[in-house]
Amino acid sequence: MAVVAPNATEIRGLIRKAKRWDVIFVSLGIACLGIGLLTFATLFLDMLIDGWSRLNPEFFTQFPSRRAGQAGILSAWVGTTLVMLVTAFFAVPLGIGAGVYLEEYAPKNWVTDIIEINITNLAGVPSIVYGLLALGLFVYTFGLGQSILTAGLTLALLILPVVIVATREAIRGIPGIIREGAYALGATKLQTVKDHIVPYSTPGILTGVIIGMSRAIGETAPIITIGALTFIAFLPPSPISDVPPFVNFEWLKAPFTVMPIQMFNWTSRPEAAFQHNAAAAGFILVLMTLLMNGLAIWLRYRLRKNIKW
Amino acid sequence: MVNPMATATHASMLGSANPGATAPAVSGDSPPPLKAESRGLDFYYSNSFQALKSIDMPVYENKVTALIGPSGCGKSTFLRCFNRMHDLYAGNRYAGQIVLHPDNTDLLAKDVDPIEVRMRIGMVFQKPNPFPKTIYENVAYGLRVRGMTQKNQLDDKIEESLRGAALWDEVKHRLGEMGSNLSGGQQQRLCIARALATDPEILLFDEPTSALDPIATASIEELVTELKKKVTILIVTHNMQQAARVSDYTAYMYIGELMEFDKTDTIFFKPKRKETEDYITGRFG
Repeated sequence: MAVVAPNATEIRGLIRKAKRWDVIFVSLGIACLGIGLLTFATLFLDMLIDGWSRLNPEFFTQFPSRRAGQAGILSAWVGTTLVMLVTAFFAVPLGIGAGVYLEEYAPKNWVTDIIEINITNLAGVPSIVYGLLALGLFVYTFGLGQSILTAGLTLALLILPVVIVATREAIRGIPGIIREGAYALGATKLQTVKDHIVPYSTPGILTGVIIGMSRAIGETAPIITIGALTFIAFLPPSPISDVPPFVNFEWLKAPFTVMPIQMFNWTSRPEAAFQHNAAAAGFILVLMTLLMNGLAIWLRYRLRKNIKW
Repeated sequence: MVNPMATATHASMLGSANPGATAPAVSGDSPPPLKAESRGLDFYYSNSFQALKSIDMPVYENKVTALIGPSGCGKSTFLRCFNRMHDLYAGNRYAGQIVLHPDNTDLLAKDVDPIEVRMRIGMVFQKPNPFPKTIYENVAYGLRVRGMTQKNQLDDKIEESLRGAALWDEVKHRLGEMGSNLSGGQQQRLCIARALATDPEILLFDEPTSALDPIATASIEELVTELKKKVTILIVTHNMQQAARVSDYTAYMYIGELMEFDKTDTIFFKPKRKETEDYITGRFG
């Protein structure tokens, strides 16, 4: 016993010393986290305070105006919403299809490898390049004009790699034994994909889609490149009407503006009053992004509850 | 080396004339009818590694055949040939035949669709792998793949399968719950019910109890013994006591070769080869 006692003290000393590093590391971590969070909170609050005077119902229901006090974001938020709809409509099926093909069907050879490298690189291409591509391809070659459809397609291209990568990651998360279980019952490849692979990877795919959409909603450069308007005082034709066939797609061809462009337009005005409008619009844009992320988290939680291996 | 192939071919003629015979497999005097037989089976993984070398082995109808041997001996690889699981991965290659009786279909033939093989031969995996769906949908899946859509037909078949897997009484009031909410042993019985639902001719078990506690293991072993009345069973196990408890025939494999095949009693008490005896008695492996 007499021999053990000093030894135990020594051990305790060692542990205490080692634990000091734990404390230091945790403090560093919290500091890093704090810097990020504080920066965001400051920006968000600053915009809220600056824009507070403009955050009233009329701000959402009025078109932009020469007079700062009467200018609103009606055309901008409607434009953003419609562009996002088009983006999702094209990016989701294309991205899931490509991801499923690459994971489940593509033979493992050099062609597939090149495609994979390209998709990874695509995610890193500056958005202005997508804008130029869209200008040449959609606006001039396909003659789609400077429309909501063109903007939606451009942003769909922009987030396509994000959706593809998310789909592939989600599919890779499905244990091989679950896949084998389906095949062992005599399922075909398509039955396995449709009944198992896609349903089980939905939470992951959804997260990827919404992360992509939150990136797209704030994109300005490619939208300006394809020629979105900076001042627009009318809405696109309504997608639903009271005469048969009750839906129309005229709105796809309409000129438009989006939230970040509206904001950019206001910040470039010399009058101080417009800066409040810009701050208010920025606040709403961030809020839209946060809401989308919130939706992603909620959906993922709901869907994942039932997926356990 | 014993040559079970000659015996097996012989047995197929004798056996069908003499159903229910219980004479030793290898001694040749009227073994039970054959369900399947492996003839000169070689298997190569995509990296050209030859995992199975010229395996000749009979699988007798309504009997439990255990595959034993040290890790890496090829017993799981052999089992997975029976439902063409290796076809899921590019580059794997079979040579030789696995003939399924009574229609003499060569399961490994190029013109035989692996999906047809998997519809006739069911499999239970090492780790319970219920789908993240309800208990009902887990058992229904094989039936749905076969085009069964009528609710009452499905209901009947699902009850029958769950009863067959000794799980019905535990889950009959919660068929709508997720399969993953069950305990490990129940999950494995759910997987057995899922495989039984489609009336397989052979049921493959790949170390079905290695992830389970002793009580769940005992219930699965009991179930295997019960199930052989209806279906031919091939089971891989790393547990020699399990092989001794549940199987009628045992095959001892070593580095891709079938070293010895015989009635389980013979393998455990009077093995013909020294290598088998060494493995059985724990001197090796």
